[in-house]
Amino acid sequence: MRPIANTRSVSGVPTARLAVWWVIASEIVIFGGILMSYLMHRLAHGLWADYASHTTTWVGALNTFVLLTSSLSAVLAHKCAVNGDGPGAAKRLLITAAGGLIFVVVKSFEWTYEISHGYTITTNTFWSFYYTAAGLHALHVIAGVVIMLIVAAAAKKGRDLHRVEIIGIYWHFVDLVWIFLFPLLYIAK
Amino acid sequence: MLIEALVPAASSYAKDIDFVWELVFWFVAFWFILSEGIFFYFIMKFRKKNSPKAEYISGEEKHQKKWITYPHIAVLVCDVFIVVAAVKVWYDVKQDLPPTDRTVRIMSSQWAWTFTHPGPDGKLDTADDIIKNDELHVEVDQLYHYELHSRDVLHDFSVPVFRLKQDAIPGRTIMGWFTPTLTGEFDIQCAEICGIGHGLMGARIFIESKEQHDSWMAKNNPRGENLLLASNEGR
Amino acid sequence: MAETISTHASHDEHHDPSFIWKYVFSTDHKMIAKQYMFTGMAMGLIGAFMAYAFRMQLAFPGMDVPLFGLVTPAVYNSLVTNHGTIMIFWVAMPVLIAAFGNFLIPLMLGCDDMVFPRINMLSYWIFLLSAVVLLTSFFVPGGAFGGAWTAYPPLSAKAEYSLTPLGSSIWVVAVGLEFIAFLLGGINFVTTAMNSRAPGMRLYDIPIVVWMIVIASILFMASVGPLLAGAAMLFMDQQVGTAFFDPNKGGDPILWQHLFWFFGHPEVYVVLLPALGITADVICTFSRKKLFAYRTVLMTTFATGVLSFTVWAHHQFVAGIDPRMANIFTITTLLISVPIAELCFVYIATLYGGSISLTTPMLWALSFIATFLIGGVTGIFLGASGADIYMHDTYFVLAHFHYTFYPIAIIGTFAGFTYWFPKMFGKMMDERLGKIHFWGSIIPFNAIFIPLFYLGVAGQHRRIFDFSNYPELATPEMQAIRIFATVSLLVMLAFQFVFFYNCIKSWMSKEKAPDNPWKANTLEWVAPTPPPHGNFKELPTVYRGPYEFSHPDRDEDYWPQNEPA
Repeated sequence: MRPIANTRSVSGVPTARLAVWWVIASEIVIFGGILMSYLMHRLAHGLWADYASHTTTWVGALNTFVLLTSSLSAVLAHKCAVNGDGPGAAKRLLITAAGGLIFVVVKSFEWTYEISHGYTITTNTFWSFYYTAAGLHALHVIAGVVIMLIVAAAAKKGRDLHRVEIIGIYWHFVDLVWIFLFPLLYIAK
Repeated sequence: MLIEALVPAASSYAKDIDFVWELVFWFVAFWFILSEGIFFYFIMKFRKKNSPKAEYISGEEKHQKKWITYPHIAVLVCDVFIVVAAVKVWYDVKQDLPPTDRTVRIMSSQWAWTFTHPGPDGKLDTADDIIKNDELHVEVDQLYHYELHSRDVLHDFSVPVFRLKQDAIPGRTIMGWFTPTLTGEFDIQCAEICGIGHGLMGARIFIESKEQHDSWMAKNNPRGENLLLASNEGR
Repeated sequence: MAETISTHASHDEHHDPSFIWKYVFSTDHKMIAKQYMFTGMAMGLIGAFMAYAFRMQLAFPGMDVPLFGLVTPAVYNSLVTNHGTIMIFWVAMPVLIAAFGNFLIPLMLGCDDMVFPRINMLSYWIFLLSAVVLLTSFFVPGGAFGGAWTAYPPLSAKAEYSLTPLGSSIWVVAVGLEFIAFLLGGINFVTTAMNSRAPGMRLYDIPIVVWMIVIASILFMASVGPLLAGAAMLFMDQQVGTAFFDPNKGGDPILWQHLFWFFGHPEVYVVLLPALGITADVICTFSRKKLFAYRTVLMTTFATGVLSFTVWAHHQFVAGIDPRMANIFTITTLLISVPIAELCFVYIATLYGGSISLTTPMLWALSFIATFLIGGVTGIFLGASGADIYMHDTYFVLAHFHYTFYPIAIIGTFAGFTYWFPKMFGKMMDERLGKIHFWGSIIPFNAIFIPLFYLGVAGQHRRIFDFSNYPELATPEMQAIRIFATVSLLVMLAFQFVFFYNCIKSWMSKEKAPDNPWKANTLEWVAPTPPPHGNFKELPTVYRGPYEFSHPDRDEDYWPQNEPA
């Protein structure tokens, strides 16, 4: 039984959207903290450019492309939801989720390669940040995929279509974090 | 003056630091007594038996709000005085490093101090350096640099009679200065929690006259006892 | 015209739930509030017991502490560490924000629950888990973490330095979980306040305590992120062998300090704001006066919140940061004293022209102002960088922050608790016992901490288990002061039994409290006492602000928000 509290919207913004923006704002501060720490360290240690040169740029670029495409399918899913097309939204959400899974799979190959070549989390502080930041991001990708599958399952039956937009907003945020990570970890060498 | 009543002032900048403290003290005392005074006065005056019906005051009108606005501008003005005094003293003690040719090396570690004195030749890292655990000997009215190190965790070199404190960071050398102005024997503290032995890291500073200091150096330089030479590395 | 929205209190949507769903896994904001309140108070008892043990050690060094045992240097450090950590994270925050916030926000806004009741419940259980995790650290080999609540590395990062290999990591995990619990809780405060206000309730009609809790949640959310990241990094340094904070391997211990204090300073305002809000509501009710310059209070609070992000490195003046940075932070720190002073002046101005009843809640609220003023002015000594060179790490700092935290966490809590007890539990508290408890707490509180200012100026530094190693601090006079402070603490702790007795006696009393015993205006007093699931029979409509006391056009000296014009 839902309380009356969440059926009203004095501010005009639906409560679910407010809530997800709150979540995203908290996450921005968390990732912001990691990235600021990384930047301060990086500026203070010239050697890091050298350490960073061992990341594989084309793999990072591939993952960037995968995430951007998956964000596109999330937008299309939202369009379907707005038009009341539950199954269409579900299909596009599944494509987005698949993108997330591809991202994670590619990353695991990438990390396996790097670890087997001696670049572990304790190799030096650049690599500590690399695995920590990208790892935290990957956890958020996995969490997003799980939630997306749940939302898709309901959308297929035409239920809770407003949640398609919400998980879409979250997914765009996950994408955005990667857009910051990618140049810092892969391009700035 | 107020702090000096409790702790002697034994460095050239102790009085300056005490001055900032006292400036704050008098400003703060004024505002505190004024606020608490008015506060308790209102409570007494407007108690229910004296004031059975309250007034309806929104506080939004200008003639009402000015009672808040003017005091808080006055607070701001006081703050400006305090900032100016604080920044000046801060610059002198922490940003400035007046030149001198005497340096003592201070190595903090879990849980003792190792002081390396330059010895009669006045230079560190020479054969006549005097290394002591938990005893720092300096000459009065001489300007010293200190070179502060840590072997392991954060510590803090604190000499209350100097009014000096400085955190020691492993992997870094931190420079500072002091000029002792009062002879005597005083506490050195560690002022940054450094583990279970943090409370056991008391040391003593001996501020000596020229004669006392020269004779201490003569008696203690490395013909006699010496500590691990390794503690002289101090990186 | 009033809009009648029927709530699910007015029709039997579901039969009375079983004990477990009503009291344990409840999604009702009022039950969750009580869960937070009781957990917070229980943790407060634990934190107070720790203070008892370490103050006994300070007064009578080396002697067995009754009901505790010997306080060794290692035990001392873990006691002071966990006392601070518990009081801030597991007492002040849950009681002031989660308990009062959860109880009051839906009621004061005139709606029937929080927007996301299940997330609300989840936040409590994560919070409880974090408390349990922290307490386990006392039972693991090596003992509880003892590196101070500030947990500076390298001490906190390496077991060879801290000698608490498990305790350090458990501490970090507990704090991290607590942060996540409050991030989740914040979702509800902000969305409910923004979206679920009763019809007619404009932004300026919201009671100040609700504003304060919402702004505090936003401050918390905007500041905790970097520390959550830092906590993950610290945990990894401890367990995985990374070197984020290890200078021997390219890391930087000062990075942790920045991450910690960037959060740590706004955090003190996170707990201050709800206490200020509670104080405002209580003062208005018992002086029968409108809050002076409500809009100014709001703007000043926003300004304080924003400024609070610019002052953090005043905790690090002598930490080895670039000395030039200190100048910026001394300016911002002294600047923030201006809006805080303004808030104090506003509260004093609210008393002017009032008709003041010195009930128990009012005594607590008034003493908040009187004691917080001491905390505030003593902060100036520390914000002035030149003076802080001497005052850093002394008992002056300790007395300063107890003169802010104690008013916030203890006085503010008792003000709110005694004020809203009738609404929460349906009974009135005993006024006489309440006053005895009040005086028996306030006088000893001052007796403990005023002498500590003196000791701090005399050079006594913090986190030292026994001052015998420092001849200048081991004088008989200073030791006498330490004993005096400890005895005062014992007296204060003894008087807390009066409070517990009062709670139980009142709760068990046969006499029901009226719906609006204090004749206040805000909507929680419109709901039945205690409010049922769903709160209101009919959701109210609001016609005016929350503090319309003593309006000249009325005979009654109060004017409830929901009464039509």
